[in-house]
Amino acid sequence: MESSIFRYILRYSTPQQLYLVAVTVASYPFLFMSLELPKVIVNEAIDGKGPPFAMHLMGYETEIQTSQIQFLLMLSFTYLFLVLMNGAFKFHINVFKGQLGERLLRRLRYQLYERMLHFPLPRFRKLGQGEIIPIITAEVEPLGGFIGTAFADPMFFGGQLVIILSFIVLQDPLLGLAAIAFYPLQIYLIPKLQRRVNRLAMQRIQNVRRLSDHLGESVSGIVELRANDTTAFELARFTQRLGRIYAIRFEIYRRKFFIKFLNNFIDKLTPFFFFSIGGFLVIHGDLTLGALIAVLAAYKDLAAPWKEMLVWYQQKEDAKVKYGQVTEQFSPPGMVFATPAGGESAAAARLDGETVVNVTLVDEDGVRRLDGASLTLPAASHAAIVGDAASGKSELAMLLARLQEPTHGKLVVGGHDFAVLPPAVAGRRVGYVGANTHLNNASVIENLIYGLKHLLPAPGDGQDGARRGPRAAALDEAARVGNSPFDYGADWIDYAAAGVDGPEALRRRLVEILKIVDLDGDVYAMGLRGCVDPDIHAETAAKILRARGAMRSRIQDPAVAGLVEPFDKMRYNGNATVGENLLFGAPLDSSFDMERLAEHPYVQSVLDRTGLTADFIEIGRKVAETTIELFADLPPDHEFFQQHSFIAAEDLPAYRQLVQQAARGTPLGHEDRQRLLSLPFMLITERHRLGLVGEAMQERILAARHAFAAGLPASLKGAIAFFDEERYNGAATIQDNILFGKLAHGQAFAEQTIGGLIQDVVAELGLREMVIEVGLHAPVGIGGARLSFAQRQKVALGRALLKRPDILVVNEAVEAFDAQSQRRVLHNVLAESRGRAVIWVTNRLVAGREFDQIVVMKDGKVAEQGSFDKLAGSGGNLSRLLDVA
Amino acid sequence: MTLQEEVHLLRRVPLFSRIDPARLKLLAFTSDRLVFAPGDVLFEQGQAGDAAYLILSGSAEVEIDTPGGRLVVATIHEHEIVGEIAILCDVPRTATVRASGELVALRIAKERFFTLLAEFPEMAVEMMRELARRLEVTTVRLREAHARDGRH
Repeated sequence: MESSIFRYILRYSTPQQLYLVAVTVASYPFLFMSLELPKVIVNEAIDGKGPPFAMHLMGYETEIQTSQIQFLLMLSFTYLFLVLMNGAFKFHINVFKGQLGERLLRRLRYQLYERMLHFPLPRFRKLGQGEIIPIITAEVEPLGGFIGTAFADPMFFGGQLVIILSFIVLQDPLLGLAAIAFYPLQIYLIPKLQRRVNRLAMQRIQNVRRLSDHLGESVSGIVELRANDTTAFELARFTQRLGRIYAIRFEIYRRKFFIKFLNNFIDKLTPFFFFSIGGFLVIHGDLTLGALIAVLAAYKDLAAPWKEMLVWYQQKEDAKVKYGQVTEQFSPPGMVFATPAGGESAAAARLDGETVVNVTLVDEDGVRRLDGASLTLPAASHAAIVGDAASGKSELAMLLARLQEPTHGKLVVGGHDFAVLPPAVAGRRVGYVGANTHLNNASVIENLIYGLKHLLPAPGDGQDGARRGPRAAALDEAARVGNSPFDYGADWIDYAAAGVDGPEALRRRLVEILKIVDLDGDVYAMGLRGCVDPDIHAETAAKILRARGAMRSRIQDPAVAGLVEPFDKMRYNGNATVGENLLFGAPLDSSFDMERLAEHPYVQSVLDRTGLTADFIEIGRKVAETTIELFADLPPDHEFFQQHSFIAAEDLPAYRQLVQQAARGTPLGHEDRQRLLSLPFMLITERHRLGLVGEAMQERILAARHAFAAGLPASLKGAIAFFDEERYNGAATIQDNILFGKLAHGQAFAEQTIGGLIQDVVAELGLREMVIEVGLHAPVGIGGARLSFAQRQKVALGRALLKRPDILVVNEAVEAFDAQSQRRVLHNVLAESRGRAVIWVTNRLVAGREFDQIVVMKDGKVAEQGSFDKLAGSGGNLSRLLDVA
Repeated sequence: MTLQEEVHLLRRVPLFSRIDPARLKLLAFTSDRLVFAPGDVLFEQGQAGDAAYLILSGSAEVEIDTPGGRLVVATIHEHEIVGEIAILCDVPRTATVRASGELVALRIAKERFFTLLAEFPEMAVEMMRELARRLEVTTVRLREAHARDGRH
């Protein structure tokens, strides 16, 4: 990257900077005329004698023949025009500066991100995300502000300074010199002081980075932190970091304001000399009073631009430091920097020949992870690489996926030397699954097809018709600042790589892939828990409704009838909460929060209209009473509070007071009534068995249910999807839609039995694939946290298989699976990869006979290689490894 | 059945007869009351034990696997507790328990069971008495079996 911020600015914005300077210069005459004009108006138009009127403006003198009023109006309107012109210039310059700064900032951020994507992997062992994130987000932000002003500001204020100064010098050269007598002192002193501030600023940046790294570490290591009870320790560590930043900042403030103080002092020193020496001269008659006053006024005019110049200087220093700090971090040695484009022709290369490896890998501590490891594998062979942790097997796998470069030696696959192979080829033709895969915070399907998203769309793809759409404009703007010219919203999927001809075939292929990696059952379960919008997927919804019908006839069977209580508009459901019974629907957005129904004004109005409010408060009182009776003696952190209590442990004392107050017959305040009113909504009659919602009350709640639906205001119509036997409910899960009821409480095995029934119905109607497709759209959470570890690894394996790589490298990726599932997945993957190479690195070799080749690594070398039967019986390294296992 | 009725029922169980009713109420509230259909298995021999069951109504048969097939060794009736051995001794279930008709049982989770024993020594004594009685029954049966074998 450019070595200084000025080089950077000039490289990417010289024409714009020149334009800015030109416009700035062009604005001078108007500015000075607008400063001069008021004097002319006062002296010539108002106070002047004419016609003719003399006009002295910018050194010219003309005579004008008009009446005084006309002259005054003419000048006034000129003044108005100049004010407008000045405003327009300022507006244009400021907008242009802002735009310029933002564009360069955007370019810089893009370049930094691009560089980061191309860091050699070991770089990330030293540079944490906690450091990278603030650099690209916060640290470069002020640079944008500076970029716009880099040349324009010194030009503008410098020009102002020069012009004002020349006026003064013209009036009295000596006093002009006196006015700037102290400038040299300031020019000498301030950079000296500023340098120390710069050093502190650098330290501050480093310390803030460490602080954010610490924060990032605490977030990702929160489990470790809690498990080891190190909160107090971390707080102390954090305190120390904050302390350091405080000390540095404080020091910066002291020095910065000292500079300011010094500046102000020197500024005022000049008038001091004017007053004393100038005054002395006036008294002695060597200088007229008028001249002194004129010089004082001129000096005052000088102060403003001079101050601006100093501010600009400080900004410049600040930006210089920041830029240096940022670029230093983003220029690590050994960076593979290839442009992402241009991969199309190269990507056609195949890596399907013989693999010949002879490599040495020395890590940053000088340890030889691989020491002349030499290996030849025939084309399309399935090889297992085994060995202990120090054998170098994982490192070899990384080299084969071209995720690392060997220190010495060569890797040649199918005649392609990896050292000169474009990275794009390895990324497309090699499938790599590591030991701990990070998934993107998107859906399962997005993560699976991530490996296919490398087909660069044609620039401007997808907007043939309306070329000037907003998307096209956005792309034009991106191209102008050197950002990616490709439309993120275009279709990036390389269907050919997956061996399919379009989205429909890809979906079918994905279902197959899920079966291969033994994930179909899990995704099916996710699908059952997923929601479908019936407006968009009308066909799916209709099918699920058919399943509901089938389910309804199934649960007529007396053997299972008691396990489910179906929803019925005309009946109270004893296995649902009172709140659910009242709403008789599922909330579509956040208007109705099931946990806080009692606070909703419409719910309250329904209760009032149906006369239930008082009864609910009474039930709430009884619930509170019982809860207090049951839970009073338990310690506040007892698990029962979470699992069974209606009232949180910390709220219990407040409720106790409330109940006592109610028992004494004291009328309750509005807030207290609200508290009690919220309790009955959570009651499930069959589960809690408190006997508080009897049949009569159930009838009344039913009536309230009808009133609720009938009176629902139009503004809330979109907030809730009512249960309707004949309609699909978009707010409920597929499973709930099929079941259309509540599992009965207290029935042994209800969940398993009904789960089995749902599965049967889905299978019978041929809906399994459809449910899997819904499951594919389930979000995986941050880093895949909503999936189990094994599920994440299976997604990664499926992703690698989907692109049908020439070489599939599985690097200790399935160790966490149970033995059976490992065997199954291994078998499926090898069967799927027939005709393509598989390199399976593992600690525990299961089903060794499935492989053509077993490679045993030891101390960074290949110790032996051959078929499983040959090696296992030889008494060599493999048999020793197997014995230990 | 409401919670109150359940507490009355629990008080009739010898094991709980001396326990404070408020405590019983908490026990009833926080434990699952489960209805089993005839033939349903409460738990299977060899499984890990995570709960004991108090029969509230109905009866269940205790079966063990023998080389000669399944053998019913006992019948558990109302107010009796079953499945406590596996959680007391931390061993797998020693027998299979199957509902002989419709059966209602209170499922008491392992941790809950231990806290109860620790809080109420009376309950522990009652528990011991019950176990001793069962041992006695088993011993008598064993003796009878020996005697029968001797006759053959």
